[in-house]
Formats: sequence, C-alpha cells, structure tokens
Amino acid sequence: MAHFTKATSVKDWLNQRLAIEKVEKVMASEYWIPKNINFLWAMGMVLVITFALLVVSGIFLLMYYVPTVDEAFNSVNYTIMREVDFGWLWRHVHGVAASVVFLVIYIHMFTGIYYGSYKKGREMIWISGMLLFIAFSTEAFSGYMLPWGQMSYWAGMVITNLFSGGSLHADGLVEWIRGDYVPAQAFLGRFFMLHVLLVPLAIMGLIGLHFAALRIPHVNNQDGEEIDFDAESKKYLDGDKVGSKVMRFANDFMSKDMMVVGIFLIFFFYLTFYNYGFAMDPVNFDPADGLKTPAHIYPEWYFLWSYEILRPFNIDLGLALFGFAQVIFVFLPFLDRSPNSVPASRRGAFKYWFWGMLIVMIVLTAMGKLPPEGIYSTIGLYAAIIFIAMWVALPIITSLEKKL
Amino acid sequence: MKSNSRRGFMGKAFGAVAAVGAVGSLVAMKKSWDPLPSVKAAGFTTLDMSIYEEGLMVTEKWRGKPIFVLKKSAAVMEKEKGNAAAEARNIKIGNDNFMVAIGLCTHLGCIPAFREAEGDFLCACHGGQFDASGLVTKVPPPRGFDIPPFKIEGNTLVLGEVGPEWQTMKDNGVTL
Ligand code: HEM
Ligand code: FES
Repeated sequence: MAHFTKATSVKDWLNQRLAIEKVEKVMASEYWIPKNINFLWAMGMVLVITFALLVVSGIFLLMYYVPTVDEAFNSVNYTIMREVDFGWLWRHVHGVAASVVFLVIYIHMFTGIYYGSYKKGREMIWISGMLLFIAFSTEAFSGYMLPWGQMSYWAGMVITNLFSGGSLHADGLVEWIRGDYVPAQAFLGRFFMLHVLLVPLAIMGLIGLHFAALRIPHVNNQDGEEIDFDAESKKYLDGDKVGSKVMRFANDFMSKDMMVVGIFLIFFFYLTFYNYGFAMDPVNFDPADGLKTPAHIYPEWYFLWSYEILRPFNIDLGLALFGFAQVIFVFLPFLDRSPNSVPASRRGAFKYWFWGMLIVMIVLTAMGKLPPEGIYSTIGLYAAIIFIAMWVALPIITSLEKKL
Repeated sequence: MKSNSRRGFMGKAFGAVAAVGAVGSLVAMKKSWDPLPSVKAAGFTTLDMSIYEEGLMVTEKWRGKPIFVLKKSAAVMEKEKGNAAAEARNIKIGNDNFMVAIGLCTHLGCIPAFREAEGDFLCACHGGQFDASGLVTKVPPPRGFDIPPFKIEGNTLVLGEVGPEWQTMKDNGVTL
C-alpha cells in the first residue's frame, strides 16, 4: 500500500503524490542527446514554438471571428483588423506562422532525409512526422477557408472537386463533403469546426506520438554513429562528462535549442511586423463570389510543388500522380533499401538523389506559381516526370549501394 | 478457469454491444454531414426564355452554381449543322435555340469566361476551351459542360426538374 509521510516541503508533498522528480528525470535531465549534432536538430523545437504561436494567436482570433457566410469576411477584415486593439497583430502572427511553419517543416524533413534518420528503429518517428505534415496541411487548408474571400471560396471549390476522382464522377461524395452543391454555409461551418477543434486536437495527439517514437531510438547524429545510450549515459552520470558521447536534454541541450529558437523568433517577428504581405493573398481581400472565378487560382506556396504535379496531365493521370506525390514520402523508410544510416554525402548515388529531389521540388514550386503557359508548362511537365521517376528509382539505387 | 470463461463471455458481450454502437454512430455521423433538406428543397429555378438576346451570354444561378444561357444565332446553328454532338445538346424552345449548361469547367470547377468576339468560352485556371454549344475544344477539361436537369413548360425552363428532353440527353450520354 502506498505510504504517505508528513511532507517536509512543497516539493516533497508533490513528489509523494506525483513523483515529480522521477518525471523530470525521465522527460528532461536523463533524456540523453548525442553531442555531435548541429543546429538542424533544433528545428523540432522551433516547430513546437511556432505551433504555440499559432494556438495563442488563434485563440484571440476566435473571440471575434464569426463563422457564417454573411459575416465571416467582415469579422476578419473589419472587426479583427480595424476595431479590435492589436487584432492585426494576432492575424499577422497567425498568417505568418502558418506560412513559416511549413518552411521549417520542409527543413526538418530534408534534414531527416539527409542524415538517414528514418531507418534503424526510427521508422515510427518518420511516419508520425508525415502524419503531422498531413494534419498541418489540413489545418492550413481549413484555416484558409475561414476569411471567406475569393481565394477561400475558389480554393475550396477546386480542392473539394478533387474528391470526385476525375472520371469516377463521385459527385455525391463531393456534395457530402461540402454539405451543399457548392461551398456555402454548411461547408464553412464544418471547416471551421475542423480548423479550431478536430485538427488541432489531432495535431496535439500526433506530437505526443512523434515524441514517444523518439524515446527508444533517441535522436540520430550528424555522423550516423550508432551510440550505446545506456553505456554513454552511465559514463556521464559516473562523472566522465567530457568523455561521454551524450548530454542531458535539459538544461544542457535545451540551452542550444532555445538559442536557435531565439534567432528564429527575431526573424519571425521581423516578418510579422515588416513583411507579412507574403502570407496574405491579395485576391482574398475580395469577398467570396460564387459567380466569378479569379483569373488565376493557385494554392499557398507550400502546396505548389504537388499542385504542379496535377496540372500538366489530363485529369485522371493528374489526379493519380498527385495522389502518388501526397503519400510517397510516408513510405521512404521502406523504399530506401540500403542498410546504411549515415549522412547522404557518404552514400554514393543517394547523395545525388537527395540533392536532385530538393532541386526538383524547388523547381516544381516555382513553376506552380507561374501561369501554366509555354516554357513554364514544359519545365513543369519535365520536373513532374523527374520527380516520379526518382521515386521509382530509389529502391533500385539504394539496393545497389555498398554496405558501409 | 471458470472465472476466465466468464470474463471471456463478458468481453465478447461488451464487444457486441460496442460494435452495434459504433456502427450506429458512424451512420449518424455520416448522415449529419449530408446536405440539409432546406438546401435540397431550394434546388429549383425557373427561367423565362423569351427575354434573352442572340449571341449575348447570360449567367443565371441554380443551386449556387452559375448557369450559362446562350441564345444561338442562325449563323451558329448553321455551323453546328451535321455536328451530331453539338446538335444533341441543343435546347429548342419555340423557334429559338439555346445552349443551357452548368457554367463550371468540367476540369476542376472554375468558371470559364465567355468571349463575345470568338463566341466561345475560355477557362483561365488551366487553359481549357469550350465552343458555343458547350463542347470541349481544348483540354484539360474531360467533357463538355454538364447540362442541368430541365423541363420545358411553354416559354419557361424549370431547372432541377427532369423533363423528357433532358432524360433523352442523359440516356444518350450527352450529359452526366
Ligand atoms: C488551435 C489552433 C488554432 C486556432 C484556434 C486557429 C484559429 C483560426 C481562426 C479563428 C482563423 C480565422 C481568422 C483569420 O483568417 O485570420 C484562422 C485562420 C487561419 N489559420 Fe488558424 N488556428 C489554429 C491553428 C492553425 C495552424 C496550426 C495553422 C497552419 C499550419 C493555421 C493556419 C491558418 C490559416 C492559413 C488561416 C487563414 C489566415 C488568413 O487568411 O489570414 N491555423 N485560424
Ligand atoms: S478548371 Fe478549367 S481548365 Fe482546369
């Protein structure tokens, strides 16, 4: 039976009831981090902080936002932007964070690819990360509907139409998703619910899963070295802090993390105050009009690469390849057939695959923003084909890779 | 042993109750997302077809969607002659000939613009084109404009109701 004694301090009182000292050890001071890692390993913490910024700014927006087709536009563009003191701050923080969070996600992803941090027991970290990417994409899309401007409406129209599956003509499914023949009140209401409740809840759950998946394999390191965490942490606790290959998560590694977060926040608030325009589409400052399409409909920059894979083909092939691009990254741990989990620079052909993939995605992104005409169409088409071909080639080039 | 089989039974009994509950809630959740009766009931629009002018495209509204109405001139009709696909889409009311179609690009749903000079439609989203009868002249759109269910009543056209003319188009695969 649990035995409680008279507490000697508040800490002791809590300790007897919640074992706070033990929790602190498990979560922080005896959570071991390799010493040989660089600033790219701070991106996870930057993402946590950016998510916190989104939640806090979102809560303030939520107090004045009205989720009806008649009032949504004015509640954002008039009430929040002009009437509410500092309302513009919350909106700009929210918009800039929603954009920047994807930049950081892409850096985080490509860091993982470069260092092979998705193999050798780290598969679940990668898969939960990709689920987070999907959840964030849903969150960003549903949020984009809320101001009910022209881009909200027409992006909603085009994206929900993707679910008709081209020649399958699943119009019933599209109408079910919308709750109407076209995006209207039922549509705005359900995307509002998704944006402020269901998807944020899923994101929080997935962050928990992501961290849990890190627990057993620990984070990778920049030399792809397999570290015996039990032996190295014992060495550290026995007093050989210099000789040990690991350090405590808190406060030791945290201090480095927060240093990077500090630099990020300066950059972030510079954008929020002086350069927020990139996160606000001018077309969305016109209220939604179901009888007038804007001249060009394009998604936010972070969706452009996959949108560009949809565009150059006929509708069925376009949809199939678009679907391929959406899910293929999830399978990376299984498509990479090589046992080597070291930096790409030491992996032969994979090194070129890595840089090639990065370049192709940047090219697709750039072409997705340009109008679908002439030379841009052609470059986009070739980039899309190269993207697909590279994924098909991945299992082959990695199974030919020499074991290190 | 005895208590084990009892636990086993209780586990299965709970599983059965939970499965019925789960299926029931999924049905309820699916149905809660269906279009509301009021949305479905507002699905009719009546057009007076005597007011349109030849060659002037007018956009009407039905179920929140734009409806293109184009009264075709004799010249256009002359051009369509012999083109079975175009003739099958023609809607005749009295002595007048019309193109009536849902004004959403069959590719991904943008609204194509009518070009009065050319007498055709251009979709700015991905460059699709349609002629005056609503047939595709340039991809990516996979098919001509869809034709909304209609019923001819004298000089008026009721959208949302199925008349014999529309039924024929549907049966012949002219529209979805
Ligand atoms: C619990 C967290 C969140 C809450 C309560 C919340 C709430 C809101 C509200 C009320 C709006 C409408 C006002 C406006 O448009 O400025 C909005 C917009 C938006 N949200 Fe969120 N949000 C949350 C998280 C996120 C996340 C994680 C992302 C992206 C990754 C995101 C992306 C967006 C976008 C792109 C808009 C449109 C912004 C604009 O056009 O100005 N939100 N959000
Ligand atoms: S929506 Fe018209 S061409 Fe794509």
